[in-house]
Amino acid sequence: MNIVVLFFAVLAVIAAWWLSHQGITTKPWLETGEIGDTGASPFPPAKIGLGVFLAVVGSLFALFFSAYLMRMNMLEPSVAAGASLPAPRILWLNTGLLILSSAALQWAQIAARRRERESLKVGLLAGGGCAVAFLVGQLIAWRQLADAGYLVTGNAAAGFFYLITAVHGLHLLGGLIALGATSLKVWEGVTMEEAQTSVELCAVYWHFLLLIWLVFFALLFLADPVRGGSGLVALICRTF
Amino acid sequence: MVDIRADVAIPAAEVPDVELYHPKSWITKYIFCQDAKVIAIQYSMTAIGIGLVALVLSWLIRLQLAFPGTFSFITPDNYYQFITMHGMIMVIYLLTALFLGGFGNYLIPLMVGARDMVFPYVNMLSYWVYLLAVLVLVSSYFVPGGPTGAGWTLYPPQAILPGTPGRDWGIILMLISLILFIIGFTMGGLNYVVTVLQGRTRGMTMMRLPLTVWGIFSATVLALLAFPALFVACVMLLLDRVLGSSFFMPAIVQAGEHLKYEGGSPILFQHLFWFFGHPEVYIVALPAFGIVSDLISTHARKNIFGYRMMVWAIVAIAILSFVVWGHHMYISGMNPGFGFFFATSTLVIAVPTAIKVYNWVLTLWRGDIHLTVPMLFAIGFIVTFVNGGITGLFLGNVIVDVPLSTTMFVVAHFHMVMGIAPILVVFGGIYQWYPKITGRMLNETLGQIHFWITFLGAYAIYFPMHYLGFVGVPRRYYELGEAAFVPPSAAALNVFITIAALTVGAAQIIFFFNVIWSFYRGKIAGSNPWKATTLEWQTPETPPGHGNWGRDLPIVYRWAYDYSVPGADEDFLTQNQPPARKPLRQAGSV
Repeated sequence: MNIVVLFFAVLAVIAAWWLSHQGITTKPWLETGEIGDTGASPFPPAKIGLGVFLAVVGSLFALFFSAYLMRMNMLEPSVAAGASLPAPRILWLNTGLLILSSAALQWAQIAARRRERESLKVGLLAGGGCAVAFLVGQLIAWRQLADAGYLVTGNAAAGFFYLITAVHGLHLLGGLIALGATSLKVWEGVTMEEAQTSVELCAVYWHFLLLIWLVFFALLFLADPVRGGSGLVALICRTF
Repeated sequence: MVDIRADVAIPAAEVPDVELYHPKSWITKYIFCQDAKVIAIQYSMTAIGIGLVALVLSWLIRLQLAFPGTFSFITPDNYYQFITMHGMIMVIYLLTALFLGGFGNYLIPLMVGARDMVFPYVNMLSYWVYLLAVLVLVSSYFVPGGPTGAGWTLYPPQAILPGTPGRDWGIILMLISLILFIIGFTMGGLNYVVTVLQGRTRGMTMMRLPLTVWGIFSATVLALLAFPALFVACVMLLLDRVLGSSFFMPAIVQAGEHLKYEGGSPILFQHLFWFFGHPEVYIVALPAFGIVSDLISTHARKNIFGYRMMVWAIVAIAILSFVVWGHHMYISGMNPGFGFFFATSTLVIAVPTAIKVYNWVLTLWRGDIHLTVPMLFAIGFIVTFVNGGITGLFLGNVIVDVPLSTTMFVVAHFHMVMGIAPILVVFGGIYQWYPKITGRMLNETLGQIHFWITFLGAYAIYFPMHYLGFVGVPRRYYELGEAAFVPPSAAALNVFITIAALTVGAAQIIFFFNVIWSFYRGKIAGSNPWKATTLEWQTPETPPGHGNWGRDLPIVYRWAYDYSVPGADEDFLTQNQPPARKPLRQAGSV
C-alpha cells in the first residue's frame, strides 16, 4: 500500500497548504464584523470540482497500482517467471499518441486564451483524434496479448494489464464525451471566453490521464519479475 | 471583541448570484428535482426505507440466536444472508447515505448561505444512481439462490466459492450495487466538497462554519478518497467471480477438484477492504460529531467550548483514520511489526477523539441545559460513543484483540460505537431540523418516550453482549450447539438480548407515528423554534423556499455560537446579525 500512502501524503500536503490559508488559528469568537475574503478560491467552481475529482481518480489508480505491486510481490519464486508479461510493442506507439493528444489540447488551451478560434479548432481536433487513436491502439494491444495466450485468467500481470488499461480507457472515453461537447460548442460559435474554461478543464484532465498512463507504463516494466528481477529496479519495486 | 472592517476587500456589489435551476413541472419539482432540499428528502426516505429492511433482518438474527431451532424458515444459509445484508445495508446504504446524502444535502447549502449545491444536475444524478444501487441490492432477494451470505466484509475466497449462499447471483449483484453506490456517492460528494469550498456566502469564512458543516465536509473528503479502495476491491472480486481471474483467489482444491484459480491473494482483498473500511467508521462518525456539537451548544445555550480545537480534532481524526486499517487484520497473520504500528496509530487516534468528548462535556458544564429531545439524543450519543470507544481501545491492542476478535465482544463494540451512537445522532438531528423541513414541531412527549426506550433498550442489548464475548461466545455462528466452554447462562442472556432488541425495534413505530402525525397536526414551528444562531434558521420562509434566501443572500458577521451573549436582546446573536452600532454592554454591567 506504499504507493497509496505516498499519494495520500501528497494530498495531505495540499490540504495542509489550503488549511494554512483558512485562518485556522484565528479566534472566530472574538471577531465580529464583515470579512470580505472568505478564503474561497478565485477559480470557478467547475475547476475546483475537477481538482477534487482528479484527487478521487488519482486515489483510484494509486490503489490499483498498489494492488498490482502487492500481488506481484506475493508471487512464489517458482511461478514468478511464468507471471511475466511481454508488453506489446504497440504500447510505445500508444504512449506517443497520448503525449501528442495531451500536447494538442495544451495548444488548444493556449489558442483559447489568445482568442484564436481556428487554432483552437485544430488543437481540439488533433487532441480528440490522437485520443481515439490511442484507444484503438490499446484495443490492438489487447488483441495481441490475447493472441499470444495471455488472458485475464491465469496470468496475474495480464489480469492487471487488462483491468487497469480498461479503467484508464473508460476514463479517457468519459473525457472524450466532455471534449466532444466542448468542440460542439466551439463549432457552434460560442464566445471564446465561454469556450476557454471548458477547454482548460479538458486539457488538465488529459494531462492527468497521461501522467497516470506513464506511471502505469513504467510499472509494467518495473514490476515485472523477469525484467525488473535484479538490482536497483527490483529494490524500488519491492519498496513500493 | 474585535470589530473587523475590511472595507477594501469587500466587493461593492452582492456576491454574484449563480444561475438557479427552476423546476418547470410537478415531475421536475418533486421527482427529477435538482433542489438539494428535495434531494435530501429523497435520500433520507430511501435510506430509512432500506434501513427498515435491515432492522427486520436484525430481528430475525436475534430470534435465531435466542431460540435456535425454533424457526424453520431460518436455515443456516438464510442466517448468513441475514447478517450479510443487515451489515452492508446499515453501514453503507443507511448511515453513509443518510448522513451525507440526507443531512449533507439539506444542511450544507443552508448553513453556508448558498442558494443550492454548485452542480445541481450532478447532485440529482447522484440520488438516482444511489436509488439504482439500492434496487440492485434488493433485487438479489429475487434471484435464484438469494442474496449473498458472505458476511458484510465479503472476504474471498469463501465469498465466491460454491457452498456460500448466494454464490451464483447474490454476490454479483452485491458487487454491482456497491460499484453503483460509489459512483453515485462520488457525484454527490463532489457537490458537498465544492459547495463548502466555493459556495459560502459573504463573510462566511471556514472558521465561522458550524461544526456540522465541518463534520460533513471532512467525512465527504474521507469518503471520496476511501471509497475508491472498495471500488477497486469490488471490481477485482467481480472479475474473479465472473471471468475467473485470480486477483484474490489462491489455488484451491475443493471436493478433490483443482479449481482454475491460482496464485491470488486473499490478504490483498483485506487490505483494500479495510483501507476503505476504517475511514468508513469516521465517514459515519464525523458528521455525527459535528451535529452533536451544534445540538449541545444550542440546547445548553452556551458557545461551543474550544471551537478551534474541535476543528483541528476533526482534521486530525480524518488524517489518522487512513493509517489504522491494519487493526482489523491482526488475526490475518500480519508481521508483528505492522501490528505494533497499527496498534500505536489506533491509540493515537483516541487523543483527538477524547479532545472532542472533553469539549462537549465542558460545553455542557454550567450551561443552561434544556433537556429537549434533540439534547437527550446528543447526550445519549456522548455516553454511548465513550462506552463504545473505550472497548475500541481494548481491541486496538493486538494482544487483547487476538482472543476477542472472533467473539461477540467485537459485535457489541462496533454496534455501540458505529451503530447505536450515530443512529442516536440521526434521531437527534431529525428532531432538531424537522421543524425547519416541515414547518411543524415533532411531539415532545412521544419524542421523550422514543428516546428513553431506544437509549435504555440499546444498553440492554449491547452491555450483556460484551459479557458473552468475554466468556467466549463466538460471533458468526448459526447456533452454538454443545460448546463446553460456553456456560448455559449464555443462552438465557441471549433470550434477554433478543427481547430487548425486539422492544427497541418496535419502539421505532412511535417515532414514525410522530413523524407522520406531526406533519399534519404538529405545533407550528416558526422560523427559529430552538433560538439557534446558524443560518438555516434565518431563512425568510419556513420551510425554506426555492433558492433558500429570497432576494438577497445573507451576510455573515460572526461565528456560529454566540449564545448567552451578555447585553443582547435575547440570549443569542444570529450569524447574520450585524455588529451593534454601540458596543454591547459588558457582562458586569448587566
